[in-house]
Amino acid sequence: MDSAAPLARFWFEFRQSQIACAALLVIVLIGALALLSPWIAPQNPYDLATLVLMDARRPPGHVGAGGYVYWLGTDAQGRDLLSAILYGLRISVQIGLAAGAVAFVIGATLGTTAAFVGGRVEMLIMRFIDLQLSFPAILLALVLSALLGQGKTQIVIALVTAQYAYFARTAHGAASSERAKEYVEAALSTPLPARQVIFRHILPNCMPPLIVVATVQVANSIALEATLSFLGLGLPVTEPSLGTLIANGFQYMLSGRYWISIYPGVALIILIVAINLVGDQIRDQLNPRLRR
Amino acid sequence: MLGFLIQRLLQAAVVMMVISALVFIGVFAVGNPIDVLISPDVTQQIRLDTIAAYGFDKPLWEQYLAFLERLVHGNFGRSFVFNMPVLSLILSRLPATLELTIAAVLGATLIGIPLGMYAGYKPDSPVTKLIMSVSILGFSVPTFWIGLVLIMTFAVWLGWLPAGGRGDTVAVLGIEWSFLTLNGLSHLFLPALNLSLFKLAMMIRLARAGTREVMLSDTIKFARASGQSDGTILRRHVLRQISIPIVTVFGLEFGSTLAFAVVTETIFSWPGLGKLIIDSIQSLDRPVMVAYLMLIAFLFIIINFLVDIAYAALDPRLRARRS
Amino acid sequence: MNARLLEVRHLATHFFTRAGVVKAVDDISFDLEVGEVIGLVGESGSGKSMTGYSLLGLIDPPGRIVQGSIKLKGQELVGLPQEALRKLRGRRLAMVFQDPMTTLNPVLSIADQIHLAINAHERVSEATARDRAVDVLTRVGLPDAGRRLDSYPHEFSGGMRQRVAIAIALLHRPDVIIADEPTTALDVSIQAQILAEMKSLVRELGMALIWISHDLAVVSAMASRILVMYGGRIVESGPTASVLREPRHHYTRGLLNSLPSRAAPGQELTQISGLPPSLGALPPGCAFHPRCPRADAVCLTAPETTGHDRRAWRCHHPLMAASA
Repeated sequence: MDSAAPLARFWFEFRQSQIACAALLVIVLIGALALLSPWIAPQNPYDLATLVLMDARRPPGHVGAGGYVYWLGTDAQGRDLLSAILYGLRISVQIGLAAGAVAFVIGATLGTTAAFVGGRVEMLIMRFIDLQLSFPAILLALVLSALLGQGKTQIVIALVTAQYAYFARTAHGAASSERAKEYVEAALSTPLPARQVIFRHILPNCMPPLIVVATVQVANSIALEATLSFLGLGLPVTEPSLGTLIANGFQYMLSGRYWISIYPGVALIILIVAINLVGDQIRDQLNPRLRR
Repeated sequence: MLGFLIQRLLQAAVVMMVISALVFIGVFAVGNPIDVLISPDVTQQIRLDTIAAYGFDKPLWEQYLAFLERLVHGNFGRSFVFNMPVLSLILSRLPATLELTIAAVLGATLIGIPLGMYAGYKPDSPVTKLIMSVSILGFSVPTFWIGLVLIMTFAVWLGWLPAGGRGDTVAVLGIEWSFLTLNGLSHLFLPALNLSLFKLAMMIRLARAGTREVMLSDTIKFARASGQSDGTILRRHVLRQISIPIVTVFGLEFGSTLAFAVVTETIFSWPGLGKLIIDSIQSLDRPVMVAYLMLIAFLFIIINFLVDIAYAALDPRLRARRS
Repeated sequence: MNARLLEVRHLATHFFTRAGVVKAVDDISFDLEVGEVIGLVGESGSGKSMTGYSLLGLIDPPGRIVQGSIKLKGQELVGLPQEALRKLRGRRLAMVFQDPMTTLNPVLSIADQIHLAINAHERVSEATARDRAVDVLTRVGLPDAGRRLDSYPHEFSGGMRQRVAIAIALLHRPDVIIADEPTTALDVSIQAQILAEMKSLVRELGMALIWISHDLAVVSAMASRILVMYGGRIVESGPTASVLREPRHHYTRGLLNSLPSRAAPGQELTQISGLPPSLGALPPGCAFHPRCPRADAVCLTAPETTGHDRRAWRCHHPLMAASA
């Protein structure tokens, strides 16, 4: 019955869900677009010299001054929306992955160590984590963003601070229950250093719930960054993320120039929903209680 | 039970202290503390006077005590932008935010829980599939985007509802509330809907997961074996059992909704605390930022406390253990 | 006395899962008379609990009753719409489960739970409900019932909780009570008490009891007749004394031989070799033949039920009458 390797079996089950596979495809596609955007985008939206102000606020399909077609229209500064969206996706993916990865490493290490060390240290750390978790991520990110200023690094720091606690708590829970299992006691009674026991035995078994948290948090990071940029914090106007683009177009919505906000918005939604769908599928597959 | 209450109160007090210390460190020790109290463009003399008056030349721990003392007296300084005491500024904006948040939370709960229970009770029906798809959207799509779409659809294209602002208010107990007027309700509807969607999605998922689990339990089998109808079972057995984890999440999420009102208020120009904090951040009105943080922390602690009490009230097993 | 109390004929309950068809109950037939206690014996996975659920109509998709008839005082239960079955559950047929900690709702008081069970079939006032609750709780031997009415399940001991569950089952004076391993989760000393109490209750109230268990010893103390189940089928049935003294089916004999009481001190306990079959992958013919010492080629075809109404078995090569 269980002759296939767990990874192969996992992939097999994953393939059964058409929705999840479609979502995964979308993610891969967007990832490719994001990666290749500097080469495939028709225009560099950061280079202010290439922007033609006369072409500002044009609808999709408009042919610009240089005979150039703006497939998705232009924004208030005359940026080609298609290019801006491609670059924006690139930023979203970069930040989402960066924040997710760093938060993962910090949180997982903290949580596992706490579970391992035990005693008062564990209690103190977990109390602090609980405290932080009861504080909404958006407020933390908001305040930190305001304090740190604008920029990619700053926003990643803000996002990581807001999110590492989720990883820490999940890692702590998983590591605690692993710690109590017999094989850990057996491993600890050998001359193996504790560090090796943690990294080679406990951590791999904690991976499933952590992976689920990771997918959710990457999606959250992207959404949070977009929200912060929308509010005017986060990324500077010169390096517009999808949130900034949407914010820029907000004032034009009421006068009918909907494309400036809508298209970046749609791109953002597709990315986030795709990640969440894949995350949902992974979570359902890894949930032992649903295995009937 | 009393011992339990006192224990939680003490914990709450400790947490408040910790947060005040953190805020103090963040604002006073890291940044230039002067910037919190006076605008950067005042004369040098006023600057020196303020430093002396507030004791910024004194050691840090003395400053912290002074800070605490000011807090206890409700003295948060004056807002740079509005030139009025911060506390009264915040209190004047609070009702609007509370109104919005409560409307959103009530809506999410009263609609979300029944929908989620239905989804858990009949997991294979087409209605359930619809509910779950909508919940995925409410969960993933960022709140600000939904707000934009709502404004586009209902205010711009259809013209049914206003695109922003708060409607007419009626004073009750000295506070202005807008949900008591029809005009007020029309202004409240879209932002409340916007704010509630995320929580609605969460409630649906929680209620569904809980219902599914409980429906498979022996308790339900026994209840069915004694002839109780499915309706009774859902109302009296399932609802009671899933309300325990839901209440916990409800409490935490109330605070989070309060925080998220920041986004909704910005989009809909709703004159509440959220809009205030964004404006303050952008105009570097630091006294307001400090006060806002402390207030939110305080609200959070109260909410957590209430959740703990509700938890104990709902689960009789906890009462026995705690006493 | 016209129709029998309970008449089950060729009942089969199958589950249609993605992994295949699971034949939880596969063509069983038996009768139950008023005041009778019969024991349904078998290992886990033999289909005995599913038999109980089938009688109550509590089989949910992907399972359903695929054939057979269940007649309660002449009324056919198979094929009845859910609402009609609901009206019978608790009123004419009741069930008690194994673990009272999970069958009683931990967040509702005993009074509330009894009230709900009463209201399922009759609308009564709160006061009447409380009176009836005190009445039935006292009857099952719960001391000081009046005061304990507002307590919660976790405030009772295991034995008392089970008594509460039994009380709830008795509320409407059902004709048949099905008890699915009701004492397995309890202390041995409490077990004996509950057994005796249930026996006398059944006699007093003129009901019939189906006692489902894996424990032959317990069943033999309670039941006047025994039905032995294996692989979803009844392989042997008859008066307790007769089945225990002169088993005709090899499985029954195996069960009896493996009882610790049968072994001499110091002697190794005998076991039936092999493992019980999965109900989704039953061996062809007689389900027991892979483990039977007497099996041969003919056992690959399903054996018919031989014997008569009161004493029957399903075996191609039954043990002879005089062997013990």
